[in-house]
Amino acid sequence: MKKELGIFILLIVLCVTVAIINPRFLSSANLTNMSTLIGMYGIFSIGLGLIIITGGIDLSVGSVFALQGVLLAMMLRDWSWPWVLAVFASILGVTALGAFHGYLVAKVKMQPFIVTLCGFLFYRGLARFIASDETKGFGSSGFTVLRDLATGSVGPVPMPFVLFIVIAAISYVLLHKSVYGRYLIAVGRNEDATRYSGINTRLVIGSAYAVSMLFAGVAGVLIAFYTNSISPANHGMSYELYGIAAAVLGGCSLRGGEGSIIGIAIGTALIQVLQNLVNLLGIPSSLNFSVLGAVIFFGVLVDQLISQRKRAKIRS
Amino acid sequence: MEPPLLEFRGITKRFPGVVALQNVSFSVQKGEVIALIGENGAGKSTLMKTLGGVHQADEGAIFVDGQEASIRSVKDSIGLGIGFIHQELNVVDNIDVAGNIFLGREPLKGGPLKLVDHARMVRESEPFLKKLGLNISPNTPLRELSIAQQQMVEIAKTLSLNARVIIMDEPTSSLTLSETERLLQTVKDLSKHGVSVIYISHRMGEIIECADRVVALRDGKNAGELAKEEITHDRMVALMVGRELKNLRIEGKGVQEANYFAVEGLRTGFKPKQTVSFSVGRGEILGFAGLVGAGRSEMAQAIFGVEPPLEGTIRIGGERVHIHNARTAISHGIYLVPEDRRLTGLITSVCIRENISLPALTRYSTALLVNRQAEKRIAQEQVEALRVKTPSIETIAANLSGGNQQKVVLGKWLSLKPKVMIFDEPTRGIDVGAKAEIYKLMRALADEGVAVIMISSDMEEVIGVSDRIAVMHEGRISGILSHPEFSEKSIMQLAVGGSVAAASN
Repeated sequence: MKKELGIFILLIVLCVTVAIINPRFLSSANLTNMSTLIGMYGIFSIGLGLIIITGGIDLSVGSVFALQGVLLAMMLRDWSWPWVLAVFASILGVTALGAFHGYLVAKVKMQPFIVTLCGFLFYRGLARFIASDETKGFGSSGFTVLRDLATGSVGPVPMPFVLFIVIAAISYVLLHKSVYGRYLIAVGRNEDATRYSGINTRLVIGSAYAVSMLFAGVAGVLIAFYTNSISPANHGMSYELYGIAAAVLGGCSLRGGEGSIIGIAIGTALIQVLQNLVNLLGIPSSLNFSVLGAVIFFGVLVDQLISQRKRAKIRS
Repeated sequence: MEPPLLEFRGITKRFPGVVALQNVSFSVQKGEVIALIGENGAGKSTLMKTLGGVHQADEGAIFVDGQEASIRSVKDSIGLGIGFIHQELNVVDNIDVAGNIFLGREPLKGGPLKLVDHARMVRESEPFLKKLGLNISPNTPLRELSIAQQQMVEIAKTLSLNARVIIMDEPTSSLTLSETERLLQTVKDLSKHGVSVIYISHRMGEIIECADRVVALRDGKNAGELAKEEITHDRMVALMVGRELKNLRIEGKGVQEANYFAVEGLRTGFKPKQTVSFSVGRGEILGFAGLVGAGRSEMAQAIFGVEPPLEGTIRIGGERVHIHNARTAISHGIYLVPEDRRLTGLITSVCIRENISLPALTRYSTALLVNRQAEKRIAQEQVEALRVKTPSIETIAANLSGGNQQKVVLGKWLSLKPKVMIFDEPTRGIDVGAKAEIYKLMRALADEGVAVIMISSDMEEVIGVSDRIAVMHEGRISGILSHPEFSEKSIMQLAVGGSVAAASN
């Protein structure tokens, strides 16, 4: 709880500071845009968090978005598939990729870093090849139901944010209340001891990758429609870093065995507010990444110092 | 008279909670081959580590050539001419033989450039390899050599460091018969050239062949010596054991169903040519004794499915069961309290409640959501039944004492109605009081009809707690003792590969 409270306070402080300096922060246009972004990024960040809790990592998410985006555009516009089928197929395809990663990590025992690094490279290249390096789009008309679902709102709240809340709630129950969540955390803490207790650790680890990609698949559809134009060379570039950063800020240790859904959610929000801050405060956008890097660095450093002090206090 | 090459005088070494060595003294003459014997935990390794500079003795002194030696580091030890061939070879396998021999003191050339003079290394390695009869080029990459050859390279290394005493710790454990013969010949040659050898081994046959004198340790103290003419199998065994046994016996209700758990022809990757067959009855505690490396833990892990066996039949109550992994073993009611509780027994960073509920979490859940109430109840029950000393079930396991951690590991399984319970070194690192409690728990388990297997390297424990004792040696059971035959001597005799007939002498 303490960790989450810490970043939550940081989030509030940041919001208040920006709002004071540039009241445009609180304009409905800005808030709507920010919550859309938080929604989209949050969905796949939660998935990444699950993988990180098992002690793994996923570097391929961004490239998967490019591949999914390109295929979705082609399915809808070039091949005229009904939108339900296209969306379903794209999410299923992405989930299958995740399951494949999970198989390589859990059964073939390859390192997650390597598997997903190769994915990062391979899927991007594949996306570019399939699209012949052309920017794909959804056009300005058609698929109104899908568009409304992806980019519309429920009242004042953008759809991506609503979906994010729903997925976050399901994930919270999954991670903190269910048997599967217990197994995930146990496997991340000590895989051997968990195996010696009779749990099928291979299935637990492998499935985390599949579930994560399921979430990414949902986010991918939203992201595709948000940008509305998918340039296969750039679409989704570096998104995985945002996800990992959100998870780490939210309390997931890269060593595994630790994490909270609420933390990841707040972490995502924090990162998006920071990006917004850079814009609204007139900080040159070239420093965008630097600001992000600095905040994550200090966030983790402060957390480490606090937990070291706590451990020293327990020992004395 | 010339002073001995090496002399230990009154060496005492303490570690927190245990006196590893107490007033140990003996000497080694130039060119003598001394066999250092003693059971697990007798202090042989600790003594050699003080000689090797890894530890410093708390009392006593080591004399080299009659002068008191100050050995504060491995470097000092090497400087005094002490070479150490560890059981786990210290070789770097991605460089060549010459590189290994000169590791850390490579000859340099090129002035300020400080390049390694490889040609000189090769040239200077040759005489040592030749002295040992090693017919390989110093350019050979080490990983292309067999373990036996790598060992020879280590010996060459110590010779190149002007070793006058070479300590060999269980040197033949990974060698074939012919390689062992060659090593023993090397030991004899070294001795002829005036290099002393301290040979630590459990293999009586080798000791009889090459030792000039046997020095025995027991419980960290001198336990006697044997001159060359006196060295026999029986006398060595007698020196290693023979102390007062505390009475740990807790009478049980007796065997309720003999041969309930039967293992036949079990073969593991450990020693693929050996098979293990035995049976345990319900209500019986079968102890497994043997020296380190006899293959007991490997057998336990094979039965529990963590390292599935190459072949073998396992029957429970007459019915055959197939064990592919830990899950299937558990589903048949076979549970393991593993040797290393912190690594594989518990998740130390998690609380007691979550540790106890882990194997059967689905039982304490409704619709795949964990039922906290049910979980708390079962954890509380176990903590009370096992008398785990803890302020609450939410305490993190890492904060418990060893004995209490072990009880938590046991608690994981007790709620699941075990049929077969395997304990691997159940009281290692646990204080005397907690040990007694665990023995009582084991007996109570047996009385409830569980077939209990207890692997232990503690003689007193194995004799005091077991109903029968199976002794393992080099991957097979060398004998099974029943109550009237229990004695440290008979166990040791079987543990070093003797026969049951000899054991009953």
